[in-house]
Amino acid sequence: MERKTKIIAEDGRQDLLITREFDLPVELLFKAYTQPEIVEQWMGTKVLKLENKNHGSYRFETSNQEGNVVFSANGAIHEFKPNQKIVRTFEMENAGFGAQLEVLTFEKLTDSTSKLNMQSIYQSAAQRDEMLKLPFAQGINWAHNRLQEVAGKLK
Amino acid sequence: MNLRRDVFQAIADPTRRAILTLVATQAMTAGVIASNFDTARPTVSKHLQILTECELLKQEQSGREIYYHINAKKMKEVADFIEPFRQMWDERFNKLEAIMKQYQSKQTE
Repeated sequence: MERKTKIIAEDGRQDLLITREFDLPVELLFKAYTQPEIVEQWMGTKVLKLENKNHGSYRFETSNQEGNVVFSANGAIHEFKPNQKIVRTFEMENAGFGAQLEVLTFEKLTDSTSKLNMQSIYQSAAQRDEMLKLPFAQGINWAHNRLQEVAGKLK
Repeated sequence: MNLRRDVFQAIADPTRRAILTLVATQAMTAGVIASNFDTARPTVSKHLQILTECELLKQEQSGREIYYHINAKKMKEVADFIEPFRQMWDERFNKLEAIMKQYQSKQTE
């Protein structure tokens, strides 16, 4: 499969860059970031608040089947330029990673294609690396839980 | 029972990690691999099947024997700790694209 999403995370730096090209007009790509019901679908989280304006703020929350909150995040929107740019902070609550600064730029490539550049700036290079490792660790945990579930059924 | 096979499931198990380490030095048959473990032969076969399905191991027929050898390309992917992070975003963005395409076709109907 073609690798459409690219991550640039140079050693020793405290930022990372995520880029992705879309078969979508830039207006639709931008809309996917600003309509709460659409954000909910692709981010897989509930949107409690999303104020698309300068000095606005947002809050996301995900609950598991039992109704316990397993993920929550919030941030302040520093700059909001329709179809061009969003500058915001992002902080996972109770995770100890601190707040990151995110600079999202939305580029028009053609009438029907666009590109997203997302720069995340962390407080330190070590913190960035911890965050990068998270899905890796979760993947292993997920596999463990899955194996335990299966093993439980086999008993 | 058909589990989704992925590399994380494969490397989460200590026996499978040991198999990978063993085969990393040279290609081996299932029998030789099993002789290195106290585990029952069918259990080792099951591990080999999972590792093969995840493409961490490749099978090669040599006469009547099947040799297992390591798939270096896939192993490199696992070693690269950024890859799961990239995959997570790739999946999210694939979803975003699919949702917005649907949205787009609704608008033009």
